[in-house]
Amino acid sequence: MSENSLQDEKVIVFQLNKEEYGVPVQQVGSIERMQHITRVPRTSEFVKGVINLRGVVTPIIDLRTRFNLEQVEYNESTRIIIVYIVDMEVGLIVDEANDVIDIPSEAIEPAPEVVGTVEVEYIRGVAKLEKRLLILLDLPKVLSFEEINELMTVEG
Amino acid sequence: MEMSQYLEVFIEESKEHLQTVNDSLLALEKNPQDLSIVNEIFRAAHTLKGMSATMGYQDLANLTHIMENVLDAVRNHQIEVDSNILDIVFDAVDDLEAMVTDISAGGSGERNVEVVVEKLKRIEQGEKPADVQHSNVDVTSQHNISVDEENASLPDTISDLDEFELTVLQESDERGFTNFQILVELREDCLLKAARVYMVFEVLEQIGEVIKSNPAVDQLEEENFDHTFSILIVSEESNEEIKNRIEKVSEIESVDVKEFSINQYQNNSQSNGQDFKSEQEVVPSDSEKELETTTSSVATMTPPQEKTEEPSTTKQQTSQNKTIRVNIERLDVLMNLFEELVIDRGRLEQISNDLDHTELEETVERMSRISGDLQNIILNMRMVPVEQVFNRFPRMVRQLARDLNKKVNLDISGAETELDRTVIDEIGDPLVHLIRNSLDHGIESPDHRVQQGKTDEGTLSLEAYHSGNHVFIEVSDDGGGINRDKVLDKAISNGVITQEQAKGLSNQQVFDLIMESGFSTADKVSDVSGRGVGLDVVKNTIESLGGTITIDSKLGEGSVFSIQLPLTLSIISVMLVEVQQEKYAIPLSSIIETAIVKKDDIMHAHNKKVIDFRGRVVPLVFLKDVLDVPVEEEEDYYSVVLVRKGDKTAGLVVDSFIGQQEVVLKSLGNYLTNVFAISGATILGDGQVALILDSNALIK
Repeated sequence: MSENSLQDEKVIVFQLNKEEYGVPVQQVGSIERMQHITRVPRTSEFVKGVINLRGVVTPIIDLRTRFNLEQVEYNESTRIIIVYIVDMEVGLIVDEANDVIDIPSEAIEPAPEVVGTVEVEYIRGVAKLEKRLLILLDLPKVLSFEEINELMTVEG
Repeated sequence: MEMSQYLEVFIEESKEHLQTVNDSLLALEKNPQDLSIVNEIFRAAHTLKGMSATMGYQDLANLTHIMENVLDAVRNHQIEVDSNILDIVFDAVDDLEAMVTDISAGGSGERNVEVVVEKLKRIEQGEKPADVQHSNVDVTSQHNISVDEENASLPDTISDLDEFELTVLQESDERGFTNFQILVELREDCLLKAARVYMVFEVLEQIGEVIKSNPAVDQLEEENFDHTFSILIVSEESNEEIKNRIEKVSEIESVDVKEFSINQYQNNSQSNGQDFKSEQEVVPSDSEKELETTTSSVATMTPPQEKTEEPSTTKQQTSQNKTIRVNIERLDVLMNLFEELVIDRGRLEQISNDLDHTELEETVERMSRISGDLQNIILNMRMVPVEQVFNRFPRMVRQLARDLNKKVNLDISGAETELDRTVIDEIGDPLVHLIRNSLDHGIESPDHRVQQGKTDEGTLSLEAYHSGNHVFIEVSDDGGGINRDKVLDKAISNGVITQEQAKGLSNQQVFDLIMESGFSTADKVSDVSGRGVGLDVVKNTIESLGGTITIDSKLGEGSVFSIQLPLTLSIISVMLVEVQQEKYAIPLSSIIETAIVKKDDIMHAHNKKVIDFRGRVVPLVFLKDVLDVPVEEEEDYYSVVLVRKGDKTAGLVVDSFIGQQEVVLKSLGNYLTNVFAISGATILGDGQVALILDSNALIK
């Protein structure tokens, strides 16, 4: 695995609060437009609900809420990025998603102590590409909340 | 060669063959004289051996081979079948099953089977099974299976020639043709065995006339043979010529051409075949006795007499059902895709209504009808006969009856009843439990039965049937029944109920007590049941499947355990309700009825809102509060859905009823687990997701 992290990466780039983030293209199933979300009562605040993704009931997480960012209205450019982690399928609501880029391994640096407003524990690293700065997310950590943490420790 | 792609097929087929062996062994126990059953077992075992050898599971192949030797000896009247011998063969089958299970779990199928191998070998050598059972097995000393016997199981000899074939052979002899017996061995790595067989036959047909082959041609075509087959042929050509011609076919390991002497064959078969024939003449008179159905079987050691079925029926069965195996996941994908189609169909219907275009309307109507039919087909594809589960019971009952020294006749009916695959997978264990329970606690010992004026053989019936949207499975016995007073005493002493409560209970309620946890009516813990796992587990499993179980019993006459199950778990009937802007589905199975209640009729008791519903005080649960639904306005009337959990009732307050609907049950996925009061989700016609309420969680 350590060797893999040294290789070039292809990532899907999305925007959140005017910053650019990246998730590995292998973990992304599709990018969807906003659609009706059915609220699921008594779940975490950042769980917006579930959608019907081609017959599969898929939970949706609002990344702004997850990262404690300011809430904005969903609009035409709002997207849901469907990601796969372990045996889970989850949609992430982001402001915009429209780019796929290759990141050379040497451009990736470990997460600095403070990056923007996103808590450092969700960040796998940052990539500097000329003038762009990409925050690479650690998806399993982004998705985990207490219950899942417990599950992981029991199983792992 | 890459074998993994065949592994799944191999495992499935091995299980089928083992099931055949199992069933046939049980049938053989009833009719030890019926050689067609032995042949049936032999065929299945032989195919299994071939398959496992090809797949490289040598242990599996070896054990099967040794088992075959015993069967062969039975077939050749060298040994007599009795329960003791069958016990050992059953042990071998158990080992084989364990090996296959191991393989399907990703193992190598290796297993220490020395003990059972030793026993089998001793039987084969004609030792009394009783000695075999009890002797100390010295594994190292016994390694001499004679070569003859080893070969006897291979299809290198032609036997069972009928009159017609004999006549043809005799005539050809007189006309100066020669009869040859040819043994062809294909190479181990031969891929298309049937194709090679075909090529060999084609060669032979050019030079003579094929009289018979072993295995039979249809078996060869289906590749139901190991690597060798033999052919009886009449030809003018010389021994060498035939051999050379066959060897031109590729992938052939060896060809052995021998002259076939009719005289010698007849001499040989006289000794063996004589009693074979005389038996065949004797048997039909027995068969006039009452014929039993194929599904019933005796699980006792009663001396077998009846001949159950014509040998031909087994052949018919194998060719009747042509099926292919489909991975259940693929069916799920198909189902999901289909739901997409249904959702789009809904949209199309909407559009065509709005446009009011005749041709479009007709097309959409047609499409709706076809997709409705498609839906039925897809749902039916997931249905499996309950036979799959019932199959293992004859064997289990036989063993249990022997262990408990009881005589039990197992009667199975309705095995063809179909259930959804998901239900089938879950129902096996509860049934095993109920059957064990019936055998252990229900059916009395033979002596005891006779004392009570019953026959010494008890009857355990297993029945499945459809009724409405449900499938019923009943396990009934004609045993001692449930002693009401004993149950009550126990319940009181265990603190399940009080003395006071005990008085007013109906029989039904008393019997239900035995399914409470920590309850067992057995006076002593036996080997079979009473291991601390009670009927409460059965009840829980069945209820988790959305089913119910009821007990009916008469003291001294027997008990009936009746299980009611939904046809499928993936589709349920729900009542759709609206709470403000949100739609929820409540399973119909938990709804008693619906009501409209005036705000003024609501009463307060212990700080809770309740209503008087047909004389009962029913607590109200306001869904909009429980589910944190954003509220806009209050109304003067409440729509209430009355739901039950056991004997408790509650009223769920909603804003409006939408109606009853069949929906496809979906899980919320692995991310959202244990959401309060939500048991799943479904997709509605407009493509939106509606959550399914778990009313059990709402009733305290």
